[in-house]
Amino acid sequence: MTDISLRHSDTARAIEPARKAESLGYWSGVGQRLRRDPVTLVCITILILMLLATVFAPLLAPYDPLQGAMVRRLKPPGFRGHWLGTDELGRDMLTRLLYGGRLSWFVGITPVVVATLIGGMLGMTAGYVGGKVNMLIMRTTDVFYAFPSVLLAVAISGALGPGIYNAITALTIVFIPPMIRVSESVTTSVRNLEFVDAARATGAGAFRIMRMHVLPNVLGPIFVYATTLVSVSMILAAGMSFIGLGVKPPEAEWGLMLNTLRSAIYTQPLLATLPGVCIFMTSICFNLTSDGLRTAMDVRN
Amino acid sequence: MSESLATARDLTVRFRTHDSTIHAVNGVDFDVHPREVLCILGESGSGKSVTLRSLMRLNPPAITQMLGTLRVDGHDIMTASEQALEEIRGPVVAMIPQEPMTSLDPVFTIGQQITEAILRHERVRRREASRRALELLDLVQIPSAARRLASYPHELSGGLRQRAMIAIALACRPKLLLADEPTTALDATVQIQILLLLRNLQQELGMGMIFVTHDLGVAGEIADRIAVMYAGRIVEEGPVDAVMGSPLHPYSCGLLGATVHEGLRGTMLTTIPGAPPDLRKLPEGCAFAPRCTYTEPRCLEAVPELRTGMEGRVARCVRLVDHRGDASSSTTTRAA
Amino acid sequence: MILYILRRVLYAIPIALAVSLICFMLVHIAPGDPINAIVPPDAPKVVVDQMRKDYGLDRPLPIQFGLWLSRVVQGDLGRSIANRRSVAADLMAAAGKTLVLAFSAAALGFAFGCVFGGTSAMFHGTWIDRTLVGIAIAGVSVPHYWLGMVLVIIFSVMLNLLPSIGAGPGDWAWDWVHIQHLVLPAVTLSVIPAGLVTRTVRGAVIEILNQDFVMTLRGKGLSRLRIYYHVAKNVAPVALAVMGLQLGYLMGGSILVETVFSWPGTGMMLNQAIFQRDLPVLQGTTLVLAMFFVVLNLVVDLIQTALDPRMRRR
Repeated sequence: MTDISLRHSDTARAIEPARKAESLGYWSGVGQRLRRDPVTLVCITILILMLLATVFAPLLAPYDPLQGAMVRRLKPPGFRGHWLGTDELGRDMLTRLLYGGRLSWFVGITPVVVATLIGGMLGMTAGYVGGKVNMLIMRTTDVFYAFPSVLLAVAISGALGPGIYNAITALTIVFIPPMIRVSESVTTSVRNLEFVDAARATGAGAFRIMRMHVLPNVLGPIFVYATTLVSVSMILAAGMSFIGLGVKPPEAEWGLMLNTLRSAIYTQPLLATLPGVCIFMTSICFNLTSDGLRTAMDVRN
Repeated sequence: MSESLATARDLTVRFRTHDSTIHAVNGVDFDVHPREVLCILGESGSGKSVTLRSLMRLNPPAITQMLGTLRVDGHDIMTASEQALEEIRGPVVAMIPQEPMTSLDPVFTIGQQITEAILRHERVRRREASRRALELLDLVQIPSAARRLASYPHELSGGLRQRAMIAIALACRPKLLLADEPTTALDATVQIQILLLLRNLQQELGMGMIFVTHDLGVAGEIADRIAVMYAGRIVEEGPVDAVMGSPLHPYSCGLLGATVHEGLRGTMLTTIPGAPPDLRKLPEGCAFAPRCTYTEPRCLEAVPELRTGMEGRVARCVRLVDHRGDASSSTTTRAA
Repeated sequence: MILYILRRVLYAIPIALAVSLICFMLVHIAPGDPINAIVPPDAPKVVVDQMRKDYGLDRPLPIQFGLWLSRVVQGDLGRSIANRRSVAADLMAAAGKTLVLAFSAAALGFAFGCVFGGTSAMFHGTWIDRTLVGIAIAGVSVPHYWLGMVLVIIFSVMLNLLPSIGAGPGDWAWDWVHIQHLVLPAVTLSVIPAGLVTRTVRGAVIEILNQDFVMTLRGKGLSRLRIYYHVAKNVAPVALAVMGLQLGYLMGGSILVETVFSWPGTGMMLNQAIFQRDLPVLQGTTLVLAMFFVVLNLVVDLIQTALDPRMRRR
């Protein structure tokens, strides 16, 4: 499953920082390499456009996402002003997709953001302090790794009950352990680079070292990993709505829409797949962007 | 003069990467005769290892461009097909690589790796091949040979691994043995053992050998003739005693002056100032000129030709008086 | 070696305990009185009181955990609130079906992954490589439940070639009557592992082809085929390990695909349990699947160690 990208230690190794990131030259180099990578640029553009479309949904959407008439149900794209047709309750698909994007993106990204904050801090602490603290944090993380991610998300969410915030909580808990692992691994390797010892030799305090030397080098790889997580998170979040956890009807959300449109695959198959196309596009763009970022940041190549 | 076992004429090797071209070897000529040991001497980046690998066309195919003439035991290496090369590698020419630690497949036993070479080239049964493998291990003086046959590479020390590599190289009784700095990665005491082993094997089995090294002492110990390489070209060549006793090229002089050996007691070690040139951008003239104490204007105009000195010695320096055609010099036939 | 096995097994025990603790807590993080999570709402007070005592719901949490654990170890996973049947019994039947699905998907994913990954590495840098890597990335980015729907649309609705619901009549058997139901769900489930194995194998093969010993192999005059055999033997432990882990993820994470195809496995059980707020079933299923994963990890770890000659003789 998508889980392996959270778990494989190769991912962590592949995003080790290679050089001091403090020098301006490094970041401008990253920017340069990115500009020459058409695939990544296209993906970032698509993502920005999608984000804007969902944020400005109320302005862009021609209809009300919750209002529909049964007489107009499951009409094909192009029917009387409904560019993408209507869903099983007669609501306009385009509108539902735009509004659905808001919830899908929200439930997809929020857990990653929170998990990055919490997991990142815990991981950095474990990596920098080392010793018993490290062991405690990492062993606890190992326990959560004993669950396949989907199972854990579904179980926690199932126990808490349906609802957006329950789903977000469950997903956050699922993403914290991989984030801890990656940030700990990156922090440990940065910490072992010589310039940190040099800074310590000049008498700099731990906090200062963390802030000035460790942090800039660690944030980059963590951010790249977070982008990878978002692609997984969007699929999982929509998946949870798909099975009845997370977003409840009549709200619009891509995963939920896939579920309610299932019966329509016999009459309007194209319509039924539209929400999934959105999820797929988002996920693959995040994945490709993350790959592109990683390549751009890998100075060793 | 006996037939040449291996011949190189104007050998040029370039590596094309997407942002630059590396001129690793630039017009190298040499001959190796049967039962003769030629030592190629040079620093890192001089092109010596690349030259060696070229004799078996083992450079990475995707980026390598090879020009010139290359013949080993009558086979034309330059134009040979991949299948033909696979037949030659092993029975005609074999190589002992530099890094014994990483040159063996970690998931196969030593015995399997030796018998694999034998079975590839000779029609024998597996049992016979195993027996020959055992013999080879004895030949390279690996103790407890029977047990070592079933050992994995990581269970052997560096010296033993290198002996195993020699055994693999000798498995199909090659006529020409190529040794790429086989002792550099080993401990000092082990180095001498391997060196002596190689010398004895070469004489016992009557092979021709090309031995690449950066160590003058090693060269002195094992070579019949020495070719000194710099920036992808041979800058001096001749019998070992002559080259080491009275080097002609300023680079060879520098190397000798920088080496600790007998007879130097009381004199200062010299170093050669500067660094080797960037192989991506070779200068127009003599590649050694920037570091040479005897540079003249004509050194920078063009790459000096190989000039023949006395007693069959050659050196690529404008200061050498060309004795080609002299009665006193034994001219090497330069015609292909 | 034996020592290593023992150590590894010993290390797995606290993990297993912690995992069961998390499963135990599932019931307690559910909103409301825990007793409602265990007994149906219409149960008579006598039964409710008895259950309260049996589960020790008025005792401190550690004791509750102990009681629950002792029951679990004896095979009692409670009773479903919805249909009063023993969770353990239903679970066995369902787990069997999911195992069939997961195993098939794992095998498919592994086969495709090795072929794509190996080919990609052999043609490193060419358009073949880029295309296959692109396919692999698409594979791990696709929402598999959506892909299942698409496949159903193509093969069931439009072409009417394969069924889209269920696993066939009665118990599982390896005949066409049943296998035709397996095709679409297994292919759907295999896409993500295929993508992951492709990337792993590609990376591993590229790294191995850059190793010194490959030049030694060429120097012996070995044919390309023979050299690939050497490479394959070097890659095998990594590939098998990834695949083994994938099997665990597929078992535990099959719920979404099983929902699309109404495949009567543990995923469907979880689905129904969520729908009906049937917490004993949710808890029991999660526990069994998680334990399977822990044991599988252990087994994969041990097999990998056994396969690597560098670890075998100490």
